[in-house]
Amino acid sequence: MSETLTMAAALNRALGDAMRADPDVVVYGEDVGILGGVFRITDGLTEEFGEERCFDSPLAEAGILGTAIGMAMNGLRPVVEMQFDAFAYPAFQQVVSHLAKLRNRTRGAVSMPVVVRIPYGGGIGGVEHHADASEAYYAHTPGLRVVSPSTPADAYTMLRESIASPDPVIFLEPKRLYWSKGPVNTTDPGAALDRAARRREGTDLTLIAYGATVEIAEEGAALAAEDGYSAEVLDLRSLAPFDDETVTESVRRTGRAIVVHEAQGFVGYGAEVAARVSEQCFHYLEAPVLRVCGLDIPYPPPKLEDLHLPSAERVLDAVRRLQWESAWTATDGEDRAAVSAGVAHTAGSTGGAS
Amino acid sequence: MERTNGPRAVPRTTRLAPPEVVADPPLPSSRPVTLVDHDGTRVSDSSFSPPPPETLGALFRAMVIGRRFDLQASTLARQGRLAVYPSSMGQEACQVGGVLALSDHDWLFPTYRDSVAAVTHGIGPVEVLTLLRGNWHCGYDPHAHRCAPQCTPLATNASHAVGLTYAARRKRGEEGSTATTAALVLMGDGATSEGEAHEAYNYAAMWNAPVVFLVQNNHWAISVPVSKQSKAPTLAHKGVGYGMNAYHVDGNDAAAVYSTVAHALREARAGGGPALIEARTYRMEPHTNADPAHRYRDQGEVDYWRSRDPIERLETLLRAEGHLDDEVRARIDTDAELLADTLRQRMADDDELDPADLFANVYATPTPLLQAQRQRVARVGKVRR
Repeated sequence: MSETLTMAAALNRALGDAMRADPDVVVYGEDVGILGGVFRITDGLTEEFGEERCFDSPLAEAGILGTAIGMAMNGLRPVVEMQFDAFAYPAFQQVVSHLAKLRNRTRGAVSMPVVVRIPYGGGIGGVEHHADASEAYYAHTPGLRVVSPSTPADAYTMLRESIASPDPVIFLEPKRLYWSKGPVNTTDPGAALDRAARRREGTDLTLIAYGATVEIAEEGAALAAEDGYSAEVLDLRSLAPFDDETVTESVRRTGRAIVVHEAQGFVGYGAEVAARVSEQCFHYLEAPVLRVCGLDIPYPPPKLEDLHLPSAERVLDAVRRLQWESAWTATDGEDRAAVSAGVAHTAGSTGGAS
Repeated sequence: MERTNGPRAVPRTTRLAPPEVVADPPLPSSRPVTLVDHDGTRVSDSSFSPPPPETLGALFRAMVIGRRFDLQASTLARQGRLAVYPSSMGQEACQVGGVLALSDHDWLFPTYRDSVAAVTHGIGPVEVLTLLRGNWHCGYDPHAHRCAPQCTPLATNASHAVGLTYAARRKRGEEGSTATTAALVLMGDGATSEGEAHEAYNYAAMWNAPVVFLVQNNHWAISVPVSKQSKAPTLAHKGVGYGMNAYHVDGNDAAAVYSTVAHALREARAGGGPALIEARTYRMEPHTNADPAHRYRDQGEVDYWRSRDPIERLETLLRAEGHLDDEVRARIDTDAELLADTLRQRMADDDELDPADLFANVYATPTPLLQAQRQRVARVGKVRR
């Protein structure tokens, strides 16, 4: 049965349905109880399930993660909230040293069915520490699944699947999409958690995005169509594991690829995508894989964040730099001037790609 | 609103709530709880009664076997059979006293220095040494033994115990068990400086978790003395700030450690909340076999603590009270030698390791990436000997 919900409401529905289906699911974190979370994702859960199942924790992220690990060791399925992306860093030690590794350390004797929900990324005018895109830290860590939905429908099914997962999931919620609306089917299991989705079909190039940048890629594809380029848009959905199959099939068909994400480009998630595409599609590629990413700066103040975040215009600019004619190169004139002046290392590490 | 330079006067109509009366929390004594003095004589303590003779005998036996295990492990490290070994020689009263106070439903959360505790807990010595041998990270099934993997990052195991007992409380009714699961967390003095210790203590107190944190203050965090670790009068004082029961105990007195931990576990199970216990002991050996301890500490200090050996102390008492003689001691020594013998034999050869194990348990189901890497390793990989 399909109904129209915001992403926030879809996530809330997924939590409630999961708690109804399995008494071992517990939800906690800062302000998630009676307030319902600062984004209201946990609204009403304490009323329905009581404080034993949805409750406020002390203000301490490492403790939230550490206690969740202990709960998972002993039969519960905790779903914890890190209030904002950059607030999760105190818990990073628990994530990388224990959450991601306990199955491996114990040769499978201890599994970690923990979901770490992180309202993630910028674009809502938040001040510093409220807008980080931290996916690369998590995706770099073996043992974690890292996912990010881009539609309310995916938000619902992916959260249900994440809670059912025997492995820990870092669930990145693009907070600027919380209020976007779409159809949600709560009875259809939907796509598999680790598969990418094709959001738009195209023949000339593949735009690879996830979370909040899927919308940007789709807008960029529309602009590119006006320019005469047919762009395919892939929504990765799962950053780890990576769906090589879907991406490879698309890029081999189109011959060109651009990765779009809002985190910094240098050593970012797009670098991995570009490397994988290069390894698996080299003989099919007509141009280097480009990246449209955030600038290589700490997240800027909100009044300047639009300069940092990828936009449809920057996607279109990258499309135009995809060596459609032999005289073109992926690097624009400005950057080449910088290289010849010997100042390449100060000119921004993602250079023409950004 | 009118601005004034001075402090604003409280309007007469404002009613202030009466100040809440807070009772003074009991402070841990600077004099540690001691039941058997370092010369092996009994000391009376108003709060803790000494364990019965059979318990003292069990503590003594476990300490002798634990020390033999520890010595054997140190030798195996020198022989290159272990990648590294952090000895706990001198800390047997803590390792044994804490573990023997656990009930069958309880869990143990040990660190890398707590191999003797794990052996005392009933885990096979080879399985305990799997981590330090380098064969795998944890050599035993934590659920089968109710023992978490030995933890290397400091203080990070403490919050796991809090969560685990929370889950146990939730599960208790469902599974028909009426026993409360408590947990014993072993930590070092250095670990109490970590932020994670603070968070775990605070969570435990807030959730009234049946968790006992046993801090083995062995005086040295590698080369840093406890005097550079904390300004607290005792590490036990840290518990008071969290609203926890806190005790300061002679960590070379197995009777005192056992009694204090058993008491704290009983209180915790009965709903009295968690406890922080500082057991003051001494690490006789270097941090690990790779650590030149003479660079940072005097031999005189080591000799002082050697004269307060936890095993000799209890032996003196047991002999004086007629619970131990040469024959019993010889039987214990034989058992200890047998354990060392078995350990030596089982560690004499390298185990055959399967490269496929590298990929088997990263995720519940190996990802395509790992499947591809497994095939590549099978094709070109080689295990170093």
